[in-house]
Amino acid sequence: MSTVNEIAICAKGLTRKFGDVTAVNTLDLNVEKKTIYGFLGPNGSGKTTAIRLFTGLLKPSSGSINVLGLTLPNQANKLRMQIGYMTQKFSLYDDLTVKENLQFIGKIYGLSPKEHKKRVEELLSTYQLNSLSTQLSGSMSGGQKQRLALAAAVIHKPKLLFLDEPTSAVDPENRREFWEQLFDLCDQGTTILVSTHYMDEAERCHKLAILENGIKRADGSPQELMNSMSAHVVEISSNNLRQLKQQLINLPEVTSAAQLGAHLRVLVKKSIAEPVKFLSQLNIVPTNDPMVIVRPSLEDVFVTCTGSNLIKGGN
Amino acid sequence: MKSLLRIQAIVLKELLQLKRDKMTFGMVIMIPFIQLMLFAYAINTNIRDIPVGIVDHSQTALSRVLKQTVVATGIVKFTHQYSSVNAAQAAIDKAEVRAVLIIPKDVSQRLVRHPTVGFGLPPSSDQENSRPIAQWLVDGSDTVIAGSIKSLRNMPLVELLDKPANRNTPTFEVTLLYNPEQRSVVNIVPGLVGVILTMTMIMFTSAAIVREQERGNMEMLITTPLASIELMIGKIIPYIFIGAVQVSIILGIGHLLFNVPINGGLSQLTLATFLFICASLVLGLVISTIAKNQLQSMQMTVFVLLPSILLSGFMFPYEGMPVEAQYVSEALPATHFIRLIRGVVLRDVAVVDMTFDMIWLISFTVVGLLVAALRFKKTLD
Repeated sequence: MSTVNEIAICAKGLTRKFGDVTAVNTLDLNVEKKTIYGFLGPNGSGKTTAIRLFTGLLKPSSGSINVLGLTLPNQANKLRMQIGYMTQKFSLYDDLTVKENLQFIGKIYGLSPKEHKKRVEELLSTYQLNSLSTQLSGSMSGGQKQRLALAAAVIHKPKLLFLDEPTSAVDPENRREFWEQLFDLCDQGTTILVSTHYMDEAERCHKLAILENGIKRADGSPQELMNSMSAHVVEISSNNLRQLKQQLINLPEVTSAAQLGAHLRVLVKKSIAEPVKFLSQLNIVPTNDPMVIVRPSLEDVFVTCTGSNLIKGGN
Repeated sequence: MKSLLRIQAIVLKELLQLKRDKMTFGMVIMIPFIQLMLFAYAINTNIRDIPVGIVDHSQTALSRVLKQTVVATGIVKFTHQYSSVNAAQAAIDKAEVRAVLIIPKDVSQRLVRHPTVGFGLPPSSDQENSRPIAQWLVDGSDTVIAGSIKSLRNMPLVELLDKPANRNTPTFEVTLLYNPEQRSVVNIVPGLVGVILTMTMIMFTSAAIVREQERGNMEMLITTPLASIELMIGKIIPYIFIGAVQVSIILGIGHLLFNVPINGGLSQLTLATFLFICASLVLGLVISTIAKNQLQSMQMTVFVLLPSILLSGFMFPYEGMPVEAQYVSEALPATHFIRLIRGVVLRDVAVVDMTFDMIWLISFTVVGLLVAALRFKKTLD
């Protein structure tokens, strides 16, 4: 375990209820400094609520939160200078230009006029916004808005950066570039907590937690998660995949079956020692069709530890 | 220092947004201008040319002269003639006319016996001798119109008889100060300043914060070190200037086009207006911390605006209201401001001399600002 000094976010038994709905349920979490930590989960899994709890925007119903050595929610005001928060929806002013937005945020964070001017120029070039600086932000594309939002979130050089589904309105190329920028920030010493529902994005994180219905189903580095998965992955190539899938999915030993082009990706419980042999003995799969055990992906991890599989898989 | 920088940032942002919002910017100028033109021309409490009918049972030269004498007062104009009282009543029901003059058959005899004419035995208590010469049938639902026609009751009959007036010396001599010509516009224009400022100031600020919430900007703002009070102050400063512009438009045009005297000094005028603008803006802020969306904030603005028009003394005198309504009236910033501005503009009173109204506006502002800052939560709970 890391020492307290290296922990940016520490939550114990964190719970937040909205009426009868429990958005975050007894969440325990440790985020190490200078890492990118991912929250992977479907919509409504409590990602945004968790982030709002860590930023001090919401008060927990129970449990404790310590962010950068400050206890929340009591010391939320002290925390504000040290964190940056990029909201899920674009929350800068549509009717201000790129430069005006950055200048506004800079002043709100109390940068002196001199450093403020320098910093705005710096951000405009880092995030390739120079040519757009006089454009109204409301008229920009999703990728441009996202770059502006990131620039605004880091204008005061926060130690901790929260990104709530930052790439939901962005094309793959911009997404790639965006992640390059996140790694740059991380390299400069920023701790980043990012929520997403994209597998490829989650795979880029140093560590991640899989959330569902406010409950943390699994956490660790993507590699750890894949290694410790409770199922084998078998890829079957066959002709009648749709029918095959229906038959396989009804078996108690099979956690999931999903078609990927000409293959069927079948998750078989770890309790079965030799999954290929097990599947051949069933006489469902035509004898000559190839079956291979393959390396699990993050999606397989996600599927095994969420949804109805949680009960079926008997984790 | 950083606090000032943050307030300045908010002010600048508001001005930039306002500059880009052409419609709102236009309304800032056009609302006071158009409303002033409308109200100053339209509202007139001295009523003229009320459409009325006549039922002439006598059909004599005298009845025709009587009719002309009534027309000469300018209060009514005869638009219809009816053959019977029943027909006349039906016409009032249909709102064809507001009133009907009924001239009886024996109008000549009545006139001869009338005390002002002098052939009778004045002053007579004898029913037979002192009967009025004709009757008005009036739709009394509108009290102002009814009052105007009631004022015809003592219309002098001199012209009817080519006889010197038999007037009594009045009991009181009345001297009208500040508005000797009794022009409604003199009282309306300063009051209009109060009404228009109430409308625009409350509306702007109440929408200002709610809009940030609706557009999602608030979620970003509350993660910053910006304090609630800084946000509140930053939000109201631009509108203080806008309010000042609107007051200048109303009083300037009122003075130039409608000849409303501005007797008070500029400093007093500025002080009174400043106090009221602050009070209204703060009220808008309080609304914005209650309303969940812009529609709600509009509804609440109207909720305050209507009593500010009807109960503030703008339309009806404060003194005429029952005591309970006077309490409501006292609670409205507009009431105190309309008193102050009429005092300054028409009577050249110093604001400090109207201590109660001044203190009230100041207290309202301070308390309101605290309430708004406390109510505005920097969390999403």
